[in-house]
Amino acid sequence: MKSFHGGVHPDDSKKYTAAKPIETAPLPAKVIIPLRQHIGAPVSPIVKKGDTVKKGQLIAQSDAFVSGNVHASISGKVVEIADYPHSVFGSCMSIVIENDGLDEWVEGIPVQRQWEKLDAKELSGIIREAGIVGMGGATFPTHVKLAPPPDKKIDTFILNAAECEPFLTADYRAMLEYTERIVTGVKITMKVLGVSTGYVGVEDNKPDAVKALQNAFNGTQVKVMALPTKYPQGAEKMLIKVLTGREVPSGGLPMDVGTVVQNVGTVVAISDAATKGIPLIERVVTVSGSAVKEPKNLLMRVGSTFADALSCCGGLSGELVKIINGGPMMGFAQSTMDVPVIKGTSGILFLSKKDVNYDKESACIHCGRCVEACPMGLNPSMLSVLGERQLYVEAKEEYDLLDCMECGSCVYVCPAKRKIVQYIRYAKAQNAIQAQKEQAKVAV
Amino acid sequence: MAVNEESLKMNLLTVSPSPHITSSESIPKIMWSVNAALVPAVIFAAWYFGMPAIITMLVGVVSAVATEYLVQIIRKKEVTIKDGSAVLTGLLLAMCLPPNLPWYMTAFGSFLAIAVAKQSLGGLGYNIFNPAHIGRAALMVSWPVAMTTWTKMTTPVDVVSSATPLNILKQQGYAKLIETFGDAPNMYKAMFLGMRNGSIGETSAVLLILGGLFLIYKGYIKWEVPVVMIGTVGILTWVFGPSGLFTGDAVFHMLAGGLIIGAFFMATDMVTIPITRKGQIIFALGAGLLTVLIRLKGGYPEGVCYSILLMNCVTPLIDRFVTPKKFGARR
Repeated sequence: MKSFHGGVHPDDSKKYTAAKPIETAPLPAKVIIPLRQHIGAPVSPIVKKGDTVKKGQLIAQSDAFVSGNVHASISGKVVEIADYPHSVFGSCMSIVIENDGLDEWVEGIPVQRQWEKLDAKELSGIIREAGIVGMGGATFPTHVKLAPPPDKKIDTFILNAAECEPFLTADYRAMLEYTERIVTGVKITMKVLGVSTGYVGVEDNKPDAVKALQNAFNGTQVKVMALPTKYPQGAEKMLIKVLTGREVPSGGLPMDVGTVVQNVGTVVAISDAATKGIPLIERVVTVSGSAVKEPKNLLMRVGSTFADALSCCGGLSGELVKIINGGPMMGFAQSTMDVPVIKGTSGILFLSKKDVNYDKESACIHCGRCVEACPMGLNPSMLSVLGERQLYVEAKEEYDLLDCMECGSCVYVCPAKRKIVQYIRYAKAQNAIQAQKEQAKVAV
Repeated sequence: MAVNEESLKMNLLTVSPSPHITSSESIPKIMWSVNAALVPAVIFAAWYFGMPAIITMLVGVVSAVATEYLVQIIRKKEVTIKDGSAVLTGLLLAMCLPPNLPWYMTAFGSFLAIAVAKQSLGGLGYNIFNPAHIGRAALMVSWPVAMTTWTKMTTPVDVVSSATPLNILKQQGYAKLIETFGDAPNMYKAMFLGMRNGSIGETSAVLLILGGLFLIYKGYIKWEVPVVMIGTVGILTWVFGPSGLFTGDAVFHMLAGGLIIGAFFMATDMVTIPITRKGQIIFALGAGLLTVLIRLKGGYPEGVCYSILLMNCVTPLIDRFVTPKKFGARR
């Protein structure tokens, strides 16, 4: 199979949790459910302090199409609606529910449903109701992804089962343990999209998952492909390129080349919503890293905190110096472990000193490793230098700043230890501020 | 509760942007690897040329490191002499000098290479020209006679003539050159192994190539650069031979002078060459072309140093126009 250009080969560090079956985490004493767990319009609470809520009950919603419903993940009492720390946005308005220990479903859930009898529109409605968003981390509302504008003809569905981030094994375990639900979720998704061609892309460092899925998809139109293990194989654009040979144009989306990509966790959630009416209130989270006593794959309710995850894993071993939401290549470092697990939290890493580097940055020596590593075919060296010298417009207009997806491959290989992604993010932000100013000027 | 107690005991967390892991690659690792790649040729030179070569190499390295140290102290910058880059510049310069150059000239060359060509532009990463070659070029114009005087010397193997092969070729012609070595195969053998006169590190092609292969294996240099540069010189010198088209001695030209060390160790100096593979191939092609032009038509017998310096000038230009192939470029 033809690979994509660039990429890097970090140690995959999956051995700590790969063999650990998914374990259901005990219910937390309270959950902190942020109102921003998706990309798009914010949702507003429809419950108030003091209300009693049941598991699966809708507690926040929006009229906007590009948005994601939020449901209670436990039964209990709403004790607070306030700003709480958030693992991606720093802080966010959140609904705090105190656990009543009953874990009661709201009326009407779960149901027994034959999804085959539903049409695409009904299925799409169910997905929207269930508040399903991209669970690989991007958290784009799934029902929006499944409703491309009419001028975009979709012919191929791709299940992103690459899981190329080191440490993470949540999707891998799901592939082994939730195989049937994955198959159902893929079938539903393909029905909604009206496509008959499907691919499942799995990195070849998970041969048993490849085999399990190949068996499960046997006799369907879905091809399960083992892809060379190379980061960032799970980046949408790379995955599409490798599986279909199509290149998503600069600034474009997968639908521009007739494809829709969904993550493993997302299709499991789609299956649960369609067959049982269960909204997205829990997910598999890999808890790993050198500072965790007992790394695990946990099935956790949305709103449980990182501290809850740690206590499920036997607490700390050694000195904790860094907490990451997600994988080590693209995840977000946290300043506290009191942040909640959200729909996009695929992993929580607790790292001790030996896994955290404090390398000092030096001048670029022009070695070109970043250019060789960049899967987008950019010149990260130049972008970092332009960022350093505050030449943001030049970076955007002449060096394709906005094409960078911040995968971090360039930083990974840089011998000068330059914070290339940081420069790029800053330059992007500066360009956005500039654009806003110009828009404001036009408005005046 | 256990967790809360742990949070209290917890030290401050490190919060930094992704990625949170990096490879073990580093500038010192690269620079010391290049130094290591030169070791076989250095040992050979020490054995073959003896004390004068050892002194020149020592003076070259020590004065380069001392200059870097002093400049960084004066500029109140972090002292980076441990990263191996000053050692490399001093060593490479010394290897491009005649073995018995007076020590103060070597020291002056090293001083210029570090102080002017490297530190005055901002230090490692900011220099435009290959510092070692700037040092050599400066010495060429300062002491042209000393820089082109090769004393007749007794080596462990035999007595070598007082001129370099390229000098003989330039001044006395090809026939005389062959005569000096007996016959052509003998000449190739002597040049391949390094049994001939020349600059300290330019003589033993085989050991330099060995070092170069090590760097290619480590991924620190791209194989295309030496192959294209040496190949270009070979093809052009063969085509434009002394007695008409396709009569030149390509093997001789590829082994002669500073081409091997230049192609493997100077034209691959990442700081001063284009960043893309394609750009580096263009660089190597240009350097090969200019080398042949100087050797065949210029006043100097050798042109590797100047050709690389000239190509250093156009590196930013090459980088401007030869860019990586962008993913999803709208065609």
